[in-house]
Amino acid sequence: MLQEQTSIRAAEASHGTYDQLASDVLARAKDCGATEADIVVADGETFSVQVRVGAVDRLTKAREKRLGLRVFVGKRSATTSTSDFSRESLERLVSETCTLAKAVVEDQVSGLPDAVQMARDWPDLDLYDDTTLGTETQIEWAKRGEAAAFAADPRVTNSEGAEFDSSSGRVVLANSHGFVGSYKSSSYSLSVSPIATEPGTGAMQRDAWYEVQRKFSRLASAESIGQEATKRAVRRLGARKVATKRVPVVFDQETAGSLLANLCSAVSGYGLYKRASFLLDQLGQTIASDLITVYDDGRMAGGLGSRPFDGEGLATRKNTIVERGVLKSYLLDTYSGKKLGLSSTGNASRSVGESPSVGPTNFYLVPGVKSPEDIIGSVKEGLYVTDLIGFGINMVTGDYSRGACGFWIENGELTYPVEEITIAGNLKEMFKHIEMVGSDLVFRGRIASPTVKITEMMVAGN
Amino acid sequence: MTNQVQLTTFGVTELEAQHALDRLSVRDVDYADLYFESRVSESVSMEEGLVKRASKSISQGVGVRATAGEKTGFAYSDELTKKDLEIAADTARYIANSPKGDRAVPAPTQTRPTRDLYPVERAQAEAATPERVALLNEIDAEARRYDPRIKNVMASFNTEYKVVAVATSDGTLVGDVQPLSRLQITCIAEENGNRQVGSYGGGGRVGFEWYREGSRHLDYAREAAREAILNLSAVDAPAGVMPVVLAGGWPGILLHEAIGHGLEADFNRKKTSAFSNLIGKRVASDVCTIVDDGTLPFRRGSLNMDDEGTPTGCTTLIEKGILRGYITDKLNARLMGIALTGNGRRESYQSVVLPRMTNTFMLAGESDPQDIVRSVKKGLYAVSFGGGQVDITNGKFVFSASEAYLIEDGKITKPVKGATLIGNGPEILTKVSMVGHDLKLDNGIGTCGKDGQSVPVGVGLPTLKIDEITVGGTQG
Repeated sequence: MLQEQTSIRAAEASHGTYDQLASDVLARAKDCGATEADIVVADGETFSVQVRVGAVDRLTKAREKRLGLRVFVGKRSATTSTSDFSRESLERLVSETCTLAKAVVEDQVSGLPDAVQMARDWPDLDLYDDTTLGTETQIEWAKRGEAAAFAADPRVTNSEGAEFDSSSGRVVLANSHGFVGSYKSSSYSLSVSPIATEPGTGAMQRDAWYEVQRKFSRLASAESIGQEATKRAVRRLGARKVATKRVPVVFDQETAGSLLANLCSAVSGYGLYKRASFLLDQLGQTIASDLITVYDDGRMAGGLGSRPFDGEGLATRKNTIVERGVLKSYLLDTYSGKKLGLSSTGNASRSVGESPSVGPTNFYLVPGVKSPEDIIGSVKEGLYVTDLIGFGINMVTGDYSRGACGFWIENGELTYPVEEITIAGNLKEMFKHIEMVGSDLVFRGRIASPTVKITEMMVAGN
Repeated sequence: MTNQVQLTTFGVTELEAQHALDRLSVRDVDYADLYFESRVSESVSMEEGLVKRASKSISQGVGVRATAGEKTGFAYSDELTKKDLEIAADTARYIANSPKGDRAVPAPTQTRPTRDLYPVERAQAEAATPERVALLNEIDAEARRYDPRIKNVMASFNTEYKVVAVATSDGTLVGDVQPLSRLQITCIAEENGNRQVGSYGGGGRVGFEWYREGSRHLDYAREAAREAILNLSAVDAPAGVMPVVLAGGWPGILLHEAIGHGLEADFNRKKTSAFSNLIGKRVASDVCTIVDDGTLPFRRGSLNMDDEGTPTGCTTLIEKGILRGYITDKLNARLMGIALTGNGRRESYQSVVLPRMTNTFMLAGESDPQDIVRSVKKGLYAVSFGGGQVDITNGKFVFSASEAYLIEDGKITKPVKGATLIGNGPEILTKVSMVGHDLKLDNGIGTCGKDGQSVPVGVGLPTLKIDEITVGGTQG
């Protein structure tokens, strides 16, 4: 059969809008036998400077672009991506994608979302800042952050450096339903990693502090970030092991955030339909203490996880995941939703070269009323955890065993720093035994939690 | 040999590369290089008995770097025109802080690695999709046949075909072709509401036929199923300090975390490692000799040359318990005045070079593995691990067992649930009292993360006994 081939006008698109490029590629995919298709184009600029002991250590600058294509040939599908936007390369990509799709088996639930579900309009979520910072300004920020860390305490004798990063970019998503959406976003961050040395023994401890914002003007001062980093490094000096025992455990904001990340994985649709989550078949059941309410809010203004539409072009929204301990919703995209007999929650996340999966937007535990000091004050003997290392989490069973460091609590007071210990339990039980939730919720990433206290866990040390 | 690479592969002439290097080599620049990379990655995956996902990714670009003293200027581009190379060169040389113009550097001499550790034909490295689909289907059937309690099998087969060329201001132009593939299988077992997981896999710089040799793919499927079924009867792990026997192979992740990262030259130059200033000192018992060897044929962690064009080698890190050396890249070897070991690696053209491990393992000892187990009255026998992590500065490291057993009165008894082991890097190997004669390398599944960059690595270990380490179980 003779068929008129759609040509791709690639070169013109590279500095202008990608809408035309996307529509050309979609038309070409149709010519190659695709019944449905969608395309993501992302481009952006990144800048990064690392300063160490007062001097520039590394400076990185780049522009990058990438295009991802997903095609459906009936119920079969494949995904490809490339950084080469030349016409020949894209034409080859389209035909290879269709060939690849024909090589896999039919998957009855595969497909784009229904056309009526596509986002129609969306608010400006305040994700983009057009502030352009000069190279010297960014170097200066990193230098000031590190200098403040050194100045804050004489025991800071060395440094892993301070890093200032800025990036901005644009995402275009289009599909064969005629949906075309795009948005811009930016981010600015500073992290400082001082090393403190214990006088006498010479033992070293490193810690770090950081901040990320979508708007440059919202970034805390370089000095405050450096000072906090030093506070965290110095307080670890003289850490020791403790005896193995079962005690209450208080997680600070950062480590409590990691528990929320574990919860987030457990409610992700993909793990659930594969029967690889410890929260299988728990919808509507009590999975946590009644102090626990968790939201995932894709529309929070300026949020680090905010986006106007998800990786399939569905409107994002605020989902209640857990309400007073009861599991109310999973995080779903179209595919995992269909596998579970449910609708998408607008949580499709899309890295350019892959088919959609599920990801959080701004996923957080609603704060309680207790201050962190009150929570620590409630513990007669226990552990305050400030850092966790390792991957000892079994998402299928919920079994949990990780390396920890922090402070030993005695009679409601932090006493000495502890390290080289593990904490162990099972996430199913841990969430049910969260007996206090702090008032100190701060967003430093897309997943955030206030301080929490768990009634009891096994601490292994000496 | 398959690893003859010309710059024309990337649409760049030698003259353009030379011009960019000249432009980079302003007065204060000690060294500059251009790293050209083209990569094709493919993946097929199966779940619920269906091979329903296939993907392919193509990327090409150049990383441009200039170093001046301790400073590194770096830029990268996915466009390879003369103009893009010039812009990248100007960005990279910014750090040299020098207004001076170009300086001519020696014209690079085209060479190629003196060996090919992984001569894999492209057609074998990138097998046709239907063959991959068939491989995964056989795996699914085999795992389910192993035991009816296996309720889901997830398997993926990934390949990467990478072509690289490095042009340097010290006059070399050398390229390599680096195939890499990996098969990964995860099984979910269920019985009366108890669900458990088991994983297994392998790979290397090998062609597709490797997976079918001796039905290796079916062995892997049975291993993943066996681990999942075994974990159905696992009891809670013990908590506290006890002797631990590590089986050979993948448990070598201990070495990677406990000492390997701490011996990367960058941390030691900056004196931020717990191993700083310990060269010549005892950091392990005298039964421990540990090397990093990038020259093992077909291994996942092996390379003909590192990403700076330096041939890889075998570096002795610890000899009979004494710390002998660090692993280096050009920048750190120059600044520290120590030997260049061919360990300068990067995830892609978009990342900077760092000193990284290749295949890190302990040489075989003299003990009989059975005697090692028999010597333990009460402890843990750990066979397989998930991942590990280390805090370089204080030396504390963890690694998490995914298959482990109790040892009671010298005998391996009940399987226990996964638990994290935690210890102190510079100290832990001094507690190794017995090393088996059964050195085993892992199957080729390791990926190491550092500074946000992932690179493939290998590990290896003979059966060994650690007299005491903290085990993070739940049972006191």
